[in-house]
Amino acid sequence: MADIVLDKVTKRYPDGYEAVREMSLTIEDGEFVILVGPSGCGKSTALRMIAGLEDISEGELRIGDNVVNDKAPRDRDIAMVFQNYALYPHMTVRENMGFALKLAKTDKGEIDKKVTEAAKILDLEQHLDRRPANLSGGQRQRVAMGRAIVRDPAAFLMDEPLSNLDAKLRVQMRTEVSRIQKNLGTTTVYVTHDQTEAMTLGDRVAVMRSGLLQQVGSPMELYNNPKNLFVAGFIGSPAMNFMPAKLEGDTLKLPMADVRLSDELRGAASGGGEGKQLIAGIRPEDFEDSSLVGEAAHRGATFKSKIDLVESMGSELYVHFTTSSDEKIESEELRELAEDAGAGEVPGGGQEGQIVARLDPTSKATQGEEIELWLDSTKIKLFDPSDGRSLTATGDTDGQPAATEGQGPAGRDPASEPDEQRSE
Amino acid sequence: MGSQHSARERVMWLIGILVVIFYALIPVVWITSLSLKKPDEVGDRKFFSGFSFDNYDVIFSDDTFIAALINSLGIAAIATLISIVLAAMAAYALSRLEFAGKAVILSGALAVAMFPPISIVGSLFDIWRAIGLYDTWPGLIIPYMTFTLPLAIYTLSAFFREIPWELEQAAQVDGATPFQAFRKIIVPLAAPGVFTASILVFIFAWNDFIFANTLTSTDAARTVPAALAFFTGASQFEQPIGAVAAAAVVVTVPIIIMVLIFQRRIVAGLTAGAVKG
Repeated sequence: MADIVLDKVTKRYPDGYEAVREMSLTIEDGEFVILVGPSGCGKSTALRMIAGLEDISEGELRIGDNVVNDKAPRDRDIAMVFQNYALYPHMTVRENMGFALKLAKTDKGEIDKKVTEAAKILDLEQHLDRRPANLSGGQRQRVAMGRAIVRDPAAFLMDEPLSNLDAKLRVQMRTEVSRIQKNLGTTTVYVTHDQTEAMTLGDRVAVMRSGLLQQVGSPMELYNNPKNLFVAGFIGSPAMNFMPAKLEGDTLKLPMADVRLSDELRGAASGGGEGKQLIAGIRPEDFEDSSLVGEAAHRGATFKSKIDLVESMGSELYVHFTTSSDEKIESEELRELAEDAGAGEVPGGGQEGQIVARLDPTSKATQGEEIELWLDSTKIKLFDPSDGRSLTATGDTDGQPAATEGQGPAGRDPASEPDEQRSE
Repeated sequence: MGSQHSARERVMWLIGILVVIFYALIPVVWITSLSLKKPDEVGDRKFFSGFSFDNYDVIFSDDTFIAALINSLGIAAIATLISIVLAAMAAYALSRLEFAGKAVILSGALAVAMFPPISIVGSLFDIWRAIGLYDTWPGLIIPYMTFTLPLAIYTLSAFFREIPWELEQAAQVDGATPFQAFRKIIVPLAAPGVFTASILVFIFAWNDFIFANTLTSTDAARTVPAALAFFTGASQFEQPIGAVAAAAVVVTVPIIIMVLIFQRRIVAGLTAGAVKG
């Protein structure tokens, strides 16, 4: 058990490309921290630097109280779960799980005991004498976990451990990973590009983009109080709707409606300047069918819109509609989000903005019909289009430097997860 | 050949295969039949004239042949062992590490493989005489090893490249030193490649005639292919044809046995190497 401290850790490749830039992050003893971000954001590189598989170009890495910059992976007392599991094909499950202990010259009885114990936790007892080739994907994944567990290391490092599983198994293993981590209480760093995993698994989530740490905080903190456009767009599914906005007096002009802002919001918004172009972000659930709003109606605005598409999930209704505006919002971050998510998933990039609203299933919204919708004006997030900074974020979430400056080109990191793809 | 092939196509294939097998096996069958003839039957122009193991008795009671057989086995085995160990380490470095001079080493290895042995055997003769390696085991082991290293390196590095790097990293994180990771993870996984390379090296050393003939002079180091050339038969008045044939059969057998044992691994090995080589 130990804490992990990254102190201005930088990874620079010989060609000058910086995969990770001055990353500072403290992972407390026993904490489960998720590194999340799109392909090539440097999250895997960061994890591999903690593991010792990549050299650290600058900065200091401490595990426990020891500086481990120059220590080999084997001297760091960490266990790693790889994306493709990296099981030794020529060894049985038992040998795979016991390999580390055997290298450490643990005596046979002890190895047997620990392997059996781990196998029990992971429900692998009847598979101990099989080889990885004869196991299913989920079983292999569990063997990889088992290999980490038997070590009883200072920290678990997991590099997208669930991304090779099918959707159903992934949900199941997600619960499993979370349960195991809670029971063992081992410090864990978990890399993923799947924001659902990030939201559900971690005590804290660190969002990365282009090698820079964007924001660190609890999942709810990131969801409710994103510090910049990128975090706002990355966390949440379906993603936050973005649209151009302009502040005039105490009214915020949105493409679909003019909204009276609360004093608090107006104060924050005026930081961006009167009459200046802003980007407004509204989460899908902050819309509602106006006939169903009830008493909350006074803190929002209503508008009419024609519905392009209705997706019914049973428990909720996703309603797509289009807004048009004379203004156009441009942002490096939005472009990158759209690239990562696949075109169209992040709305508001052009003059015609696709908006997704999540309505109560009792709503009568039908495709092709016009309907009156309501939006909650207290939940609107405002961003400065020039640097993506949130004007409405409150408080300093983690003492992290505002990592919005120096947005280089959205270069791709060749060393980390080239075959990564967004799942779900 | 799937079911979509017509009967005619299959017949053509069959004929083709038979021709190839016949062509490849006829010398072997011939020399085997020759080795089973009595000395006075050698010239009888019959393909088959009864079983007689006289020739085998003769060669196995001949000290020169026994010594040559031991020399052949020993020299080939040692050359194979050293060559494979060195090649495995070199191939590992070439497939995993980036270092200055990598391209030079690769092309150098290729150049060695291209070099005709006959062109250096003369100077080697003089050098070996000068430094006392003439007519010794090391005197043959060194050139065999040198000439087979490039082939072994190329074969093995093709195999090592196929092994996912994560496996090695997993071993490192599990607490293995680089050498432990190499020995316990990489080499076992590349076993087909190691077998393939070993057999190729062994066959080269086993079959070689040029070096063996030039660099040896006595039973101390003379291998079977060279010894055959000095074969005299039971007495100097007899034609040694039968005995030479028997000896040829004897030296072929170990290779055949080895290839049969490792056949599946070699095929897997050769194709794996071919895809990524």
